[in-house]
Amino acid sequence: MTEEKVIVANNLTRTFGKFTAVDHISFDVRRGEIFGFLGANGAGKTTATKMLTGILSSSGGYATVAGFDIKKHRNRLKKNIGYMSQKFSLYEDLTLKENIRFYGGIYGLSKKETAAKTGEIVERLDLKQIENTLISEIPLGWKQKIAFSVAIIHSPKIVFLDEPTSGVDPITRRQFWNLIYEAAENGITVFVTTHYMDEAEYCDRISMMTEGKIAALGSLHELLTKYNSKSMDEVFIKLAR
Amino acid sequence: MIAIQNISKSYGDVKALNSISFRVEKGQLFGLIGPDGSGKTSLFRILTSLLKPTSGKATVAGFNTVTDYKDIRKIVGYMPERFSLYMDLTVEENLKFFATVFNTTIRENYHLIEEIYQMLEPFKNRRAGDLSGGMKQKLALSCALIHKPEILLLDEPTTGVDPVSRKDFWDILKKLQKSGITTLVSTPFMDDAELCDEVALVQKGEILKMDTPQNLANGFPHKLWKIVSENNYRTLKVLDEFETKISAFSFGNSVHLATGDDVDEQAIVNHLKQHNVKLISIAIIKAHIEDVFMDLMSHEKGSS
Repeated sequence: MTEEKVIVANNLTRTFGKFTAVDHISFDVRRGEIFGFLGANGAGKTTATKMLTGILSSSGGYATVAGFDIKKHRNRLKKNIGYMSQKFSLYEDLTLKENIRFYGGIYGLSKKETAAKTGEIVERLDLKQIENTLISEIPLGWKQKIAFSVAIIHSPKIVFLDEPTSGVDPITRRQFWNLIYEAAENGITVFVTTHYMDEAEYCDRISMMTEGKIAALGSLHELLTKYNSKSMDEVFIKLAR
Repeated sequence: MIAIQNISKSYGDVKALNSISFRVEKGQLFGLIGPDGSGKTSLFRILTSLLKPTSGKATVAGFNTVTDYKDIRKIVGYMPERFSLYMDLTVEENLKFFATVFNTTIRENYHLIEEIYQMLEPFKNRRAGDLSGGMKQKLALSCALIHKPEILLLDEPTTGVDPVSRKDFWDILKKLQKSGITTLVSTPFMDDAELCDEVALVQKGEILKMDTPQNLANGFPHKLWKIVSENNYRTLKVLDEFETKISAFSFGNSVHLATGDDVDEQAIVNHLKQHNVKLISIAIIKAHIEDVFMDLMSHEKGSS
């Protein structure tokens, strides 16, 4: 049996006028893998992620995500992935329960399924006392944990996390990563960008982009050996300079 | 240079700052280290005279932040966390704009920004909105410096910035310090703390602890072990049942375990072995600021 691949990218390219933001990148991500997508500011990470999530069209090459061609099946693709970023995740002026109901509706869950999911999230994150509180009144660390649970409410094959822990306190940051591990153990593939290099080390495999290309890709152990480094921080600096 | 006395700030029922006091001496590089929501931005807005405290008093270079706001605005270079640049102006236009507002020219204080601006020069006709995160921050710093301020107030200048640009940014701050500028900088990155002369660890509007980074690290009250194993996640779960554990947190590909002084290596090794953890290495290490911060946090809230 061949391993299931949740992302296959082949020479994926995106140009803006004369500028090539993403330059023929090719990689696979396996089912249940935690895949760290790193790079310097301006290296093309955001552009690549936008193509993989169906927000931006590609200029060349092809890719499939969760089994859908990113060019031909953009809308179906969007329904079958989860997405969460630091900047936009939940509606601040809706309560916790309303947010869950909203996203359940967006992703086509039935009333019954949504209710079941709501109960599950509230119980797992221990949120009973704030389930009717406006999101704007909930501390950031909790919000990010809720946002992650909401992003996988429709049990997608893959969830994209864009700097999910930026500005979060160090204990909550680690609790957040426990949620990521749990999701991965349940077979959800996790595609994550971060500027915290300790978090990069939690990933099964790490890809590093520089100037539109993938400069390195491998497990932490492989990258440390190849670049003769003690930490991912060192690897990053060697590659990005 | 900066004196903060019992500053509190409330927004309705929410206490953003709860009786904060500290001083930043002339020429110091002082760091406010803490997560979002710890009140850092409110404090910066009070110091720049943009916000009035609910109670308490602050002075910047001897000027009162409430009554002497006009004087303060002339001598302070402020880099807010969001919106400090005009995104539809070019790099050069932004810089010119800030110079003009402060009644000076780029040429007059070019020496202050020369090194940073050289990195930006190739993009000088690019709109600020089209710059990468790291470049935006360098431009914002140039704009905050162009009127030759005595004090720099930088609110999370390295958030969203990659590790290389972050290092570059701190190198620049160190150099500015040598030219005599006093800097108060906030950051959620705990490892940035080590680059400051003195830091205040802040959380929920209060100072958890304040000292030099060395003293903070040395003051970690427990024995700290670095454990490298084949699977961090499993190791953490197994350590949950280690009775004499004080705390265990992942740190990259290792786990930091805090214990009392009486716990020896053999006890830990045995426990891991009993639970089939494949241990690669174990050693006693010096605490990082992040260890210190998490230890202080868990006293605060009893872990949520």
